[in-house]
Amino acid sequence: MTLREIQELLDAEILCGWEFLDKKIESVFASDLMSDVLAFANEKTLLLTGLVNAHTIRTAEMLDISAIVFVRGKKPDEETLELAKENKMVIMSTKHIMYVSSGILYTNNLKGASLPKK
Amino acid sequence: MEDVRKIKVKYMVEKDDFMRAGQASSNIKKILKKLGLDSQILRRVAIATYEAEMNIIIHSEGGFIELEIHPDKIRINVEDNGPGIKDIDLAMKAGYSTAPNKIRELGFGAGMGLPNIKRCCDEFNIKSSLGEYTRLELLIYNK
Repeated sequence: MTLREIQELLDAEILCGWEFLDKKIESVFASDLMSDVLAFANEKTLLLTGLVNAHTIRTAEMLDISAIVFVRGKKPDEETLELAKENKMVIMSTKHIMYVSSGILYTNNLKGASLPKK
Repeated sequence: MEDVRKIKVKYMVEKDDFMRAGQASSNIKKILKKLGLDSQILRRVAIATYEAEMNIIIHSEGGFIELEIHPDKIRINVEDNGPGIKDIDLAMKAGYSTAPNKIRELGFGAGMGLPNIKRCCDEFNIKSSLGEYTRLELLIYNK
């Protein structure tokens, strides 16, 4: 599924990365805990989170995650967005809560991120 | 002929420096990317160094991350100036954490750091002396 379709499904506002909306997403990881994201998420994964700070972007950067949707209408500050832009990420904000956002994406056939084997 | 080139970089990491948290790991990742490292290995190095960097910032009196890039492996040395870990086995247990609430609010402190570093490495060595230091010696093979 493309990020553009995800944006439509979640009725999300795009905060940066308009030029990358054709990128494909294969799975989703939803968490506010960056420690868990670091342990379990992989690339081509969309990160769904309520944690809006620079650490969210840094964590995504380390994992090559190129798209983040902030839930419950949350938006990062300018500095955090700048960091996302530097890393060529797509950042969106949806009014839905985490549970509803996850449900919408899941019922549209986006799978959860698979856990690493090692 | 065997390639004996070795690149070494060292980053100092300050205690409680949440503003710059992740910068060392980000720089390390950029260097390795420029060198054309395989993306899976790159991710493992990035995760290990980022967790280590956060550990220094959250738990220690400050320290450094040193990276040695060999043709066949990446060596990561992490060392801080204390306070040391009382019970390493406990610290290695997934879910065990001594991080305060303000750290958890930043999305960290879930007790996954050290186990996650270990998972990313081919060789993992931890040494700690109470009141002195904690030292990690990590190896990730390049292929």
